[in-house]
Amino acid sequence: MEDYGKIKKLHDSLQKKEFSCEELTKTYIGAIEADNPALNAYVHFTPETALAAAQEVDAKIARGETLDILEGIPMTLKDNISTTGIETTCGSKILEGYRPVFDATVWELLRSRGAVLLGKTNMDEFAMGSSNETSIYGGAWNPHNTAHVAGGSSGGVASAVAGNLAVYGLGTDTGGSIRQPASFCGIVGLKPTYGAVSRYGVVAYASSFDQVGPIATNVEDTALVYDALAKQDPRDSTSRGARELACDTLKKDIKGMRIGFAKQYFDGVRDEVREAVERSMQVYRELGAELVEVDLPQLSYALPVYYILSCAEASSNLGRFDGIRYGYKAKNYSDVNEMIAKTRSEGFGKEVKRRILLGTYVLSAGYYDAYYKKAQSLRGMLVQAFQSAFERCDVIAAPTVPMTSFERGKAAQNTVETYLTDICTVPINIAGIPALSLPCGFDQKGLPIGLQLIGNSFCEATLLNAAYQFEQATRETVFRAAKMGVR
Amino acid sequence: MKYELVSGLETHVELSTKTKIFCSCSTEFGGEPNTHCCPVCVGFPGTLPKLNQKVVEYAIMAGLATNCEISNISKMDRKNYCYPDLPKAYQISQFDMPLCKNGHIDLSNGRRIRINRIHIEEDAGKLVHQGGNTYVDYNRGGVPLIEIVTEPDFRSSDEVREYVEKLQLAMKFIGVSDCKMQEGSMRCDVNISVRPAGSEEYGTRTEIKNMNSITFMTKAIDYEYTRQIDVLENGGKITQETLRYNESDGTTSSMRNKEDADDYRYFRDPDLVNIHVTDEEVDAIRRALPELPEVKRERYISQFGLPEADALQLTKSRAIAEFFEAASDGVANPKTVANCIIGQIFRRMENDDAKEKFEVSIPASYLKDLVLLLDSGKIRMNLLKSTLDKMLDSGKPATEFLSESDLSGVDTGDLKKFCEDAVAANPNAVSDYRAGKEKALKALLGSVMKASRGRADALEAERILIELISKG
Repeated sequence: MEDYGKIKKLHDSLQKKEFSCEELTKTYIGAIEADNPALNAYVHFTPETALAAAQEVDAKIARGETLDILEGIPMTLKDNISTTGIETTCGSKILEGYRPVFDATVWELLRSRGAVLLGKTNMDEFAMGSSNETSIYGGAWNPHNTAHVAGGSSGGVASAVAGNLAVYGLGTDTGGSIRQPASFCGIVGLKPTYGAVSRYGVVAYASSFDQVGPIATNVEDTALVYDALAKQDPRDSTSRGARELACDTLKKDIKGMRIGFAKQYFDGVRDEVREAVERSMQVYRELGAELVEVDLPQLSYALPVYYILSCAEASSNLGRFDGIRYGYKAKNYSDVNEMIAKTRSEGFGKEVKRRILLGTYVLSAGYYDAYYKKAQSLRGMLVQAFQSAFERCDVIAAPTVPMTSFERGKAAQNTVETYLTDICTVPINIAGIPALSLPCGFDQKGLPIGLQLIGNSFCEATLLNAAYQFEQATRETVFRAAKMGVR
Repeated sequence: MKYELVSGLETHVELSTKTKIFCSCSTEFGGEPNTHCCPVCVGFPGTLPKLNQKVVEYAIMAGLATNCEISNISKMDRKNYCYPDLPKAYQISQFDMPLCKNGHIDLSNGRRIRINRIHIEEDAGKLVHQGGNTYVDYNRGGVPLIEIVTEPDFRSSDEVREYVEKLQLAMKFIGVSDCKMQEGSMRCDVNISVRPAGSEEYGTRTEIKNMNSITFMTKAIDYEYTRQIDVLENGGKITQETLRYNESDGTTSSMRNKEDADDYRYFRDPDLVNIHVTDEEVDAIRRALPELPEVKRERYISQFGLPEADALQLTKSRAIAEFFEAASDGVANPKTVANCIIGQIFRRMENDDAKEKFEVSIPASYLKDLVLLLDSGKIRMNLLKSTLDKMLDSGKPATEFLSESDLSGVDTGDLKKFCEDAVAANPNAVSDYRAGKEKALKALLGSVMKASRGRADALEAERILIELISKG
């Protein structure tokens, strides 16, 4: 089956009884059993609950009821999204065996619409990493070439979706964690506007940056899932929901749409990637869009601002893991302080410890003004910079990542270099605006290249519309090729 | 050298909202351990706080009651520290943008205690040590608190006592807290330093944490004041440190010094949005605020002509004041109502706590109806008193105990007849009185009262009796 418009096609087939939901689910269960050892995408595989959910859907079909568009569609969740009774470990030893007693709002929304959860997928520990290799379960590998990483931190979701071990999945994006793996795996990933989707039940890394978003094989599926998620949630004070349904305007033509580009976005970007993105701009010109140059000199501050602020928040968010109430607890200790210290020393991995230390440092008395406070004011400047850029254009096109997928083990060898690969994605989280990545070409090794489209706050509909038209235009050249070499 | 005490107070007051500050769990005191908890107040991964608007409203009430300015915009911050009773390893509090600021409370000696700020925050859980193990009870975790911070304006422990009592009374009056120090719903941290009298500079201060009784707090301040003077007089230096007060021997001892002080790494809580309060909202809360005890006291004196002592007694709690005001509404002399409350009704209450709660078996309207009978001359004071006792015993209105004839009064002719009968029936008493035993008149009067079933005007009866006896 062609991946394009996959959810709709599966939905129609289920409704027409071409196959049952149980059969569909079993196909995915079989695929996971066959391919997961090579991809390491799933870390908590739940075939029984998936089949139980599928049988309910089949019963509904048998009763002649109409299915919701997402009903019966097999999918996956990143392992930092709380699921009642199903392990939620954030790829960390410290949450070993933790089974939440409540559902994250995003899962509640999808579950209530009949989504079939196949399991929880791999991720960098607490979403801190760019290769998925900081996970206690090891890396998630790229279906295009398993010697390469799927990316991070939502590497498991991307690997599962690209490898057809799930129709779609939910990831989280704090500094690029949806878009970067989507780019590496040749699929579509959307980081919504901060506040569009509820964070309730999503284990926090950096609360003022974190957003949940869909990862799917195509733009239409991405829009369908996004529309299901973007609801105001009374349990999350920062949540506002979406202004409009993205699906309503998805297929509009984009004549006259102003596509912006900033030269600063191409600094240090690998040639193959730059060329692919430049070709994409051409595609937009051919679609009748207007290309507009915008200036974003403030981008050079983005990385330090991101690492200071996200680590500061993380150092506070991760303080709750003390071994007292849930998860891993150290074995031998003489008092409660030693218990907490040992639990953390043994339970957290190296990258998480590094960021907790960094965050604690920048918030400490005597350093606060020089780091945290300054970074906050620069954050305000970046927000402003994007605001003025969006006075001149509707969408900004840029690379998602300056390169294609890393080889296994490369990310761990040079921490700073790996941090630098977040250069194109972190400004978006700092500004709180939406962005998505979709495939726009391949490098010489056949690894996918991602095009990043950036929108103004709560303008996901415009963003998805622009992405849809690009996908349509490149259906033969890019979209089909992105599926080659993969199941 | 003469020294002067310089002291400031940080008072934590638990707000009496029904639910916690960031979730809908009950705030009720006690309960089986960990039964008033949910994933939010126990800080489970992924949960988010949701600010209870009632907490903001109560804190604004507290701010208005202490003459504070209310901030149109304030925010919540995280105070980071690691302790097992704090499940998120940070307390959600307010750091640099508190809800209320620049208030004051005036003392009876004319001095003004400035209030720097009042902010809202969540309480922590409690550690329970049992059989060599330590358990954590999170029932109290997330209970809303306000912290009221004064400037270092206290110059004696008596001033501290008066301030705390006034604060307590005001908070109880407006109904935002029960301020029970023994249950921990009001706790004080005291900063203390000394300086040569007349000096403008502050000395090095120490802090005594978690005082939960006014008596111990004044003792601790007095002890610490003397101790600091002793240190200075002996050429020593005061160390900035946190102290605990040992109730058993009345001394203070060090908990930790400045070097061990926590760095709380405050920063804005990204899970919560700014708190916006409009001037209109503040005005609405101000209008709904009950009259404060001090204002009431003044009014009772000027409007009702009550003695200050009575006014003080009647404003010890909102329940008493409300009862008094309802019962004296429309009566000729509110002092009569005051006497009934301070005399007969208080007498039935075991202690100060009971007086404060002021649970009376009859509604205020029953007392008012009774006093109106006195006003209209239908009954006399002695009958009022005896009837009130019966009412308080039974919870029933006056009409249950007063017959038509009780209320009809005794006319002059009848009264004279009763007196004549009494003189005729008690020759011994008459002769005793004539022999100079004035007490004998009481027996005659008793007889008149009996015959009139208590309706007779005692003074008038006495006058007639004396007249009759002298005539004879």
